[in-house]
Amino acid sequence: MGDLQIHKQPKKYDAIIVGSGAGGGMAAYTLAHAGLKVCLIEAGPMFDPKKDSNQLKNPWDSPRRGGGTKFRPFGDFDGCYWGWEIDGEPYTHVGDTKWEWWRARMLGGRTNHWGRISLRFGPKDFKRKSIDGLGDDWPIGYEDVKPYYDKIDRMLGVFGTNEGLPNDPDGIFLPPPKPRLHELFIKKAGNNIGIPVIPSRLSILTKQINKERGACFFCAQCGRSCKVYGDFSASSCLIIPALETGNIDLVTNSMAREVLTDKDGLATGVSYVNKEDMQEYQVSGRVVILAASACESARLLMNSKSTRHPNGLANSSEVVGKYLHDSTGADMGGIIPELFDRKRYNEDGVGGMHVYSPWWLDNKKLDFPRGYHIEYGGGFGMPLYGFNWGIENLNGEYKIKGKQKEAGGYGASLKEDYRYFFGAHVGMAGRGESIARKESYCEIDPDVVDKYGIPVLRFNTSYTNYEINQAKHMKQTFSEILHSMGAVITWGGDDDINNNYGLHAPGNIIHEAGTVRMGNDPQNAPLNKYSQAHDCKNLFCVDGGPFVSQADKNITWTILALSMRTSEYIVDEMKKQNI
Amino acid sequence: MDRRKSIKTLVIGGFTISAVAEACKLHENSPVAPSDKDKDAILSGLNRMKEEVANEKRIGSEPAFFTPEEMATITILGDIIIPRDEVSGSASDAKVPAFIEFIVKDMPEHQTPLRGGLRWLDLQCLNRFGKAFKDCNPKQQMEMVDEIAWPKKANPEMKRGVVFFNLIRNLTATGFYTSEIGVKDVGYIGNAPYQWNGVPEDVLKQYHLAYTEKELKECISFS
Repeated sequence: MGDLQIHKQPKKYDAIIVGSGAGGGMAAYTLAHAGLKVCLIEAGPMFDPKKDSNQLKNPWDSPRRGGGTKFRPFGDFDGCYWGWEIDGEPYTHVGDTKWEWWRARMLGGRTNHWGRISLRFGPKDFKRKSIDGLGDDWPIGYEDVKPYYDKIDRMLGVFGTNEGLPNDPDGIFLPPPKPRLHELFIKKAGNNIGIPVIPSRLSILTKQINKERGACFFCAQCGRSCKVYGDFSASSCLIIPALETGNIDLVTNSMAREVLTDKDGLATGVSYVNKEDMQEYQVSGRVVILAASACESARLLMNSKSTRHPNGLANSSEVVGKYLHDSTGADMGGIIPELFDRKRYNEDGVGGMHVYSPWWLDNKKLDFPRGYHIEYGGGFGMPLYGFNWGIENLNGEYKIKGKQKEAGGYGASLKEDYRYFFGAHVGMAGRGESIARKESYCEIDPDVVDKYGIPVLRFNTSYTNYEINQAKHMKQTFSEILHSMGAVITWGGDDDINNNYGLHAPGNIIHEAGTVRMGNDPQNAPLNKYSQAHDCKNLFCVDGGPFVSQADKNITWTILALSMRTSEYIVDEMKKQNI
Repeated sequence: MDRRKSIKTLVIGGFTISAVAEACKLHENSPVAPSDKDKDAILSGLNRMKEEVANEKRIGSEPAFFTPEEMATITILGDIIIPRDEVSGSASDAKVPAFIEFIVKDMPEHQTPLRGGLRWLDLQCLNRFGKAFKDCNPKQQMEMVDEIAWPKKANPEMKRGVVFFNLIRNLTATGFYTSEIGVKDVGYIGNAPYQWNGVPEDVLKQYHLAYTEKELKECISFS
């Protein structure tokens, strides 16, 4: 390394945004189109799905046949750089608690590979405390967010159907794809036992909506990111088009270190380390917008200490990092004997399920306070690493072409078995709402820094009986659905109280939220209802951080809606010269 | 980009091929290592971030994990598990041994179970037939395999062999069914642009299913 010095960027921006995922991408898009000069700082490299997607690669194009690595835990073709661990960027835990932290490092962040499940929060989801006394109500309601949901539905595209459900609001939907064969089995089973199975709501373009983006061509590989921009990613649909305004300076491979403040406590800019030249930089701007992920944004705030902000920036309430929560998750899978030896045809469809089950019960009658939705999988998928692993547990259990065989084996008979079972598997996953609690949190580890010298996060999160009872209910439901469709459970059926009914560790579902929550009372919320810091009026947070609670819905569509709302507020406030 | 061409380059120029070629030359003690040209062909095929490129290069420059003798045994076992039949080729036709050589470097947790299992197998054969597995005649080899290939009826003393054979069966199958030959064999159709128009009519009939009027009205249809 040469002489270490701090390089101060002379240009003063209107806005500095840290992070380029859903929240940062939407802020960059909205502000750049409003004519503001934006500096967008991203910790990872440039990524353009058009050029960089591994879409349409065959399994044999990967030496590990699509298997996962620490660089791509979801497989060699997946559209996400890094995941559960990053070289040189540790995080720690209190005692034997467990928070699994997914971190993407690339333009667009996690949105390049996410499931595209795009659910609006319903009216009840903003007012849970009023319903069950737990957690807190949001300082806003569905009516405040609805106009933004409407705008992003139109702007980004989402398929689905209007069902008139009380807490799963209708939207402006593109037509959904027809259910696949196993999904028809699931629907029939759901009908039999009173569980709704309706078209899923995914931000994938079943029809073209503008000239910049192509329509879906049904390769089922949204997780790899889409070369024709046929699904929503912050890279393809927000940042890359917004770069054309000329109003965004994109700084990649740069890790934000601190939000800088002046003697009055206002934000003046951001300091960061460039990972390529390992030099230190500072940029200044009128407002600073954090969108680095709920936990990274909390980390940045807690690491931004000054005389005016001794607990870290925007943290006079001391709740930054608190109320960290994830969606709950539990899963089960089986095999449908009726589908053995199926006729072959292309059923790739869109990248993800064509049907899902929104929450359908009344929690007042149950021993857990919040609901869950069910996601489904199955059918013919591209064979990848792990294909039919454990055939020895399967091929002795069923008559194959009319013959009972011995488990295991080899040879031409074994090859027949693999063909026989292909496409007969089905799986389901519950994704539920956990209670955001002050006792589940992340904080700055006093002893550990990452390779850039930035103090790292230490996690202390746990679940309560509410979440465990919910997982138990999920498992009972899955088992009923599988039995009703004539399937035999092959995995996830043995969980019990000893392993919390298969409830995944917090963080594992990758819906981190709550660490920089909004609220009207500055004493127990860092942000106001516009995601503006109570303590620092030119500081905003637009990722999962501001969420008071996260519903039984995936949070991305709401991150987008709230980020657009905050961005419009920023433009307004700037016009009024309030910031 | 001509995708077909790039795939061809990968398959023909890939070190998977050179590894198998080396494995077949059992009398030579040459390491299974790809040429620089082969490595470039592999690296250029997929989008990789900088750290992944370094990782692929590191794996590619490691000396062979398996000895030629071990590779010979893996090849024989692979072709017993997935032989050529009327539908498709064998595990070695699909370069499965080279896949296994790669995967143990990429997923080192497989190294000791495979090395130890291969040694266990050779010791069993040595005690029974006075030879290592690969040097036994086909009848002796099948006699040994039958002791460990059937988990439910295997003699409990053979448990270690059963565990090893389960692993080599699963690795062989995963390597085979993710190869071009294997994907075709199992009948996966897809990975290409098309328009999903629902389950084919004859398949709906077979399972006594139908789309509802609501679905037909609301869902996207292509003519």
